[in-house]
Amino acid sequence: MSSLLDAFRLTALPDHAQAFRAEVKSFLAEHLPMVAADVRARSWTGFDAAFSRKLAQRGWVGLTLPESYGGAGLDAFSRFVLVEELLSAGAPVAAHWIADRQSGPLILKFGSNAQKDFYLPRICAGQAFFCIGMSEPNSGSDLASVRSRASRCEGGWRLSGRKIWTTNAHHADYMIALVRTSGSPEDRHNGLSQFIIDLKQPGISVRPIVDLAGDAHFSEVAFDDVLLGEDALVGEEGSGWKQVNAELAFERSGPERFYSSVVLLDLWAETLRRNGASVAETALLGGFLTQLTSLRNLSVALTSLLAQGQSPVVEAALVKDIGTEFEQSIPAAIAAAISANPDAPIDDELYRTVAYLNQVAPTFSLRGGTREILRGMIARGLGLR
Amino acid sequence: MFTEAIEKILTDLCTPALVRAVENGDRATALWSALENGGFLELLTPEVADGAGLTLESLFPIFLAFGRHALPLPVAQSIAARALMRDCPHAPPSGMLTLAGAAFRQADDGLCVPRLAYGTLADFALVNLQGELLLLDCSQARREPDGVHGSQCATLYWPQDAGGVSLGGKGQEARLFNAAIHAASIAGAMEKVLGMTLEYCNDRIQFGKAIGKFQAVQHQLSVMAEQVAASRIAAELAFAGDRPVPDLIPAAIAKARTSMAVPQVTAIAHALFGAIGVTEELDLQLFTRRLHQWRVSEGSETWWNNIVGQALLEKPKVTASEFVRTVTPSQTA
Repeated sequence: MSSLLDAFRLTALPDHAQAFRAEVKSFLAEHLPMVAADVRARSWTGFDAAFSRKLAQRGWVGLTLPESYGGAGLDAFSRFVLVEELLSAGAPVAAHWIADRQSGPLILKFGSNAQKDFYLPRICAGQAFFCIGMSEPNSGSDLASVRSRASRCEGGWRLSGRKIWTTNAHHADYMIALVRTSGSPEDRHNGLSQFIIDLKQPGISVRPIVDLAGDAHFSEVAFDDVLLGEDALVGEEGSGWKQVNAELAFERSGPERFYSSVVLLDLWAETLRRNGASVAETALLGGFLTQLTSLRNLSVALTSLLAQGQSPVVEAALVKDIGTEFEQSIPAAIAAAISANPDAPIDDELYRTVAYLNQVAPTFSLRGGTREILRGMIARGLGLR
Repeated sequence: MFTEAIEKILTDLCTPALVRAVENGDRATALWSALENGGFLELLTPEVADGAGLTLESLFPIFLAFGRHALPLPVAQSIAARALMRDCPHAPPSGMLTLAGAAFRQADDGLCVPRLAYGTLADFALVNLQGELLLLDCSQARREPDGVHGSQCATLYWPQDAGGVSLGGKGQEARLFNAAIHAASIAGAMEKVLGMTLEYCNDRIQFGKAIGKFQAVQHQLSVMAEQVAASRIAAELAFAGDRPVPDLIPAAIAKARTSMAVPQVTAIAHALFGAIGVTEELDLQLFTRRLHQWRVSEGSETWWNNIVGQALLEKPKVTASEFVRTVTPSQTA
């Protein structure tokens, strides 16, 4: 029997995290923009710099970063609670999301003192929004084949290449990019490094890409002989792949991997309360809750490992794969339920929210590692590769 | 401590050959005596009454082990029945006790319990008769096998004068406990099925390599592992905390989530084993037949999901996120 599943033991959120929830709820009651459900359903792709700054003023951007850098110094459990409340409310968190979840912790772990002193207070103040440059036109799931290259020059590095599908690049101040600093794509994981790039520098062009729902949440970024200072390199030259992987457990195990359709779930439940529910609808609703409970407990179990300083990367892949399958199933099933009777009216807001989520749901299992990549990782964890 | 001792008894005595023998009418006396004489039927009984005084939480790994070994005796039910009779003046009878969440009064005033779990073997049944908890002597009943190959379920009919001992109004607890037991059994059996399938896929060579090296096979096993992980943690929920009997919503979620996983987990296992997987000779069938039966026993996912859905709809304004938190353990609980 594989030990992969041993990580998933029922774990309670500690009392301090439970107490923190009340503070978050009261903040949201005051500051959450009142918008329709189909807008709230955008949640972690919803960009609202003003909201992110309010959250930062409250001290909750860079939640897990040390207080000496302006962070809240709270643990992974508190971050779980904050994220759960923000997503459940459909708060527009895209602006600070990447910096809070990944860039801040990455800089804290691998950055120089000067980088920490410069970036972390700005992240915590909501004044430095980040994006992560990973995919390229010819490097998607096969990330190790990236071709963007930074070459040594007098005083630093010169970067040329392209990144694509970069979430929020057109809104972000900085990108942390994974690029090649030595060798060739055939060298795979070796010779890759991470750089912090100020996106306002000359030689950088950012082109937003409009998606099938009419939104532009990702971009293509071109680097044309961009000069980067010595201080742009994060961590060690050549260790980029290892550094990227160190953050995957944070990126893949959280509530954002099964809460993407929760605004719709709540809206539909409210509709059923108002109009009455058939046995089939009640059982469908209950089935979603049953799965959500189980997923949430899997995620809390991994949060406790993160809080202990562990990095359960394969377990996180498992949560993300089953979690995204769940959040994709919600709009698919609710679409059928609300349209089961062509003689019955459908609430407009509900209709739009279902339609929006069915359009974008394919991205749930693309962003942050595709289903196929994750299942390969799980298989390796099971001892099959 | 108890878990290791029980695991050893199961490994030694609850062999696949014994499971087959019981399905063919053997009463597994040695196995039952080992568990009974070891005091393991009294795991939930308070220490003041000479029991082990375990919490539900510490019982969970033991019930998982029962599923992992396809234990063909109502040991989990017998342990639970003793806990359900905690406030009764009657001492629980010795022998095999089983549970049933539903019993029906017949036109002739007799009683019927359809497809009683372990009904082919049980000495006594603790049943829920419209909310009343009733202890029935199975030796007084006519047993009719359910007609499914290898099944240990039987429909029992008691004549009107068979009596039975009324134990008060906690009949619903028999259903909840039995649902939670089934959830743990499913989770345990699924762990076993996953382990067997992984081993087989690493050993079986086709096209010159182990079939587990093929991506299509790997991805199916990954999905299976996900379902097993989600089922296990859902089953664990029913046993969380220090209450004597599983609560309604945790038991509902446990039974529903594990039952939902049964079709996919059994289908993947059988697909990967190929034809040999459906043979009598291979042990896989001892588990997959049970998984299908445990899914439909004491209410399928449709029944329990409906209860969970109703519970949310009855609470005005409560969100899904708030609802699921009310059924997860808190640190102080």
